Amino acid sequence: MTTTHTSVVHDLGALAHRLAHPAGPPCVCEPPRILADRPDGTVVRSGAVVAKAHAADTDREALAARIALAAAPGLAGILLPPLTAPEHVERADRDGRPATPHLGVAAPYGSTTAPDAGVATSGGSPAASDAGLVAPRVGVAAPAGSPGAPGGRPVSLWPLGTPVDPTDPGAAPWAEAAELLARLHRTAPPFPLPPMRGPAKAARAVARMSAARPGDPALLPVLAGWRTLPAWARDEAAPPALRSGFLCHGDLHLGQLVRHPVPDGPWLLIDVDDAGVGDPAWDLARPAAWYAAGLLAPEDWSVFLHAYRSAGGPAVPADGDPWPVLDVPARALTVQTAAVALAKCAAEQRDPDAHEQLMIESCARIATLPPELTPGPAS
Amino acid sequence: MMQCPKCHAPMNTYNRNGVQIEQCSGCRGIFLDYGELESLTRLESQWAQQAPPAPPQAYPAAPPAAHAPAWGAPQHHGGHYGHHRQKGFGRMLFSS
Repeated sequence: MTTTHTSVVHDLGALAHRLAHPAGPPCVCEPPRILADRPDGTVVRSGAVVAKAHAADTDREALAARIALAAAPGLAGILLPPLTAPEHVERADRDGRPATPHLGVAAPYGSTTAPDAGVATSGGSPAASDAGLVAPRVGVAAPAGSPGAPGGRPVSLWPLGTPVDPTDPGAAPWAEAAELLARLHRTAPPFPLPPMRGPAKAARAVARMSAARPGDPALLPVLAGWRTLPAWARDEAAPPALRSGFLCHGDLHLGQLVRHPVPDGPWLLIDVDDAGVGDPAWDLARPAAWYAAGLLAPEDWSVFLHAYRSAGGPAVPADGDPWPVLDVPARALTVQTAAVALAKCAAEQRDPDAHEQLMIESCARIATLPPELTPGPAS
Repeated sequence: MMQCPKCHAPMNTYNRNGVQIEQCSGCRGIFLDYGELESLTRLESQWAQQAPPAPPQAYPAAPPAAHAPAWGAPQHHGGHYGHHRQKGFGRMLFSS
């Protein structure tokens, strides 16, 4: 853990605390807690406020649009909205409290109803107040696209929610997740949005695996599975136009749902980093891949699929076999999951666990699908 | 370019013995124009007269009760999950 990284965690905690702590009374807050800590997302909580540092290589304009989506009125009750800045944070900024220099870009918690109002950038631009955005000293707000501090990571602020209990499979909100996805997919994009990042994440996972274990024969079934996919699912071409215009979450799993307000408010989707427009089947494809691998019980898959259809979700036909449309995204998610697992195994110097092994075996079966015809000599 | 009527992925065109075959880049389904199946059948019978017949390819068993992909785990074909539910509820379901 580098000093810079530790400082990111510290700065996020300080930032969250500044919002969580009521102005006036002396501080009796518990120390900030790390909720997640990965290169693509460091998440720290203080009280009812959660601060997230996004990946350093985040496309900031795209992130601003995605966070604006979470704040859009049409997505209320579907996506957890970001926090808006309370008065005392604005004061804190103007009073010039200690800087948090490791976070180059400040939070998108203005009145983020337009895609360009989302992520604020450091640099001390006077545009801050003009834009109606405020930010603590992680960087004064400026229009998206301004240069951030070197190495800075964009930051966003969110209300605390209650996550899915990982120890209670019977309580997993499969039906609620499916209904939220159906409602998301049925919502017309309120403004132009970047593409959903599902295929990009799959491609990135395969690249990460290949870099972590060059020449390793353990990669062969996963790479073979990857080669069965059409170009669009490998992020090498645009998706089929018929299926590409839907609002999508882009990275659904059980860690992407929280109850808000805590402790038992309705379930909402969180983490819009990969959201955008695309093929809505992608959002069903991870549970589909788990089911196909034997990881997700058929009854849970059935509940999920049925709830999605009952809520009018457009990704699959209302009845009959959903696999013609799920097949390609589910194969991609299978490969992605196996690739991430093999990359992790390399980093942690261990063998795949039983679940990871199921996904790798799925890849091997995918690889036995009839190959694509090769262009033969015309005769 | 043609789009697959089943999964909507683009279809690629191939030429086999003068017959144009469209194959889906996604599900690998094949589309034949009018008369092309007959052309292929005719070619096949011509070939069969010249060479001993190959052993017939085994077709997959009857489709499983629940819809599942062709590459699904064998458990889908009559297995039971019961205890798998707890087993399967791991950290994988909570991560990207």
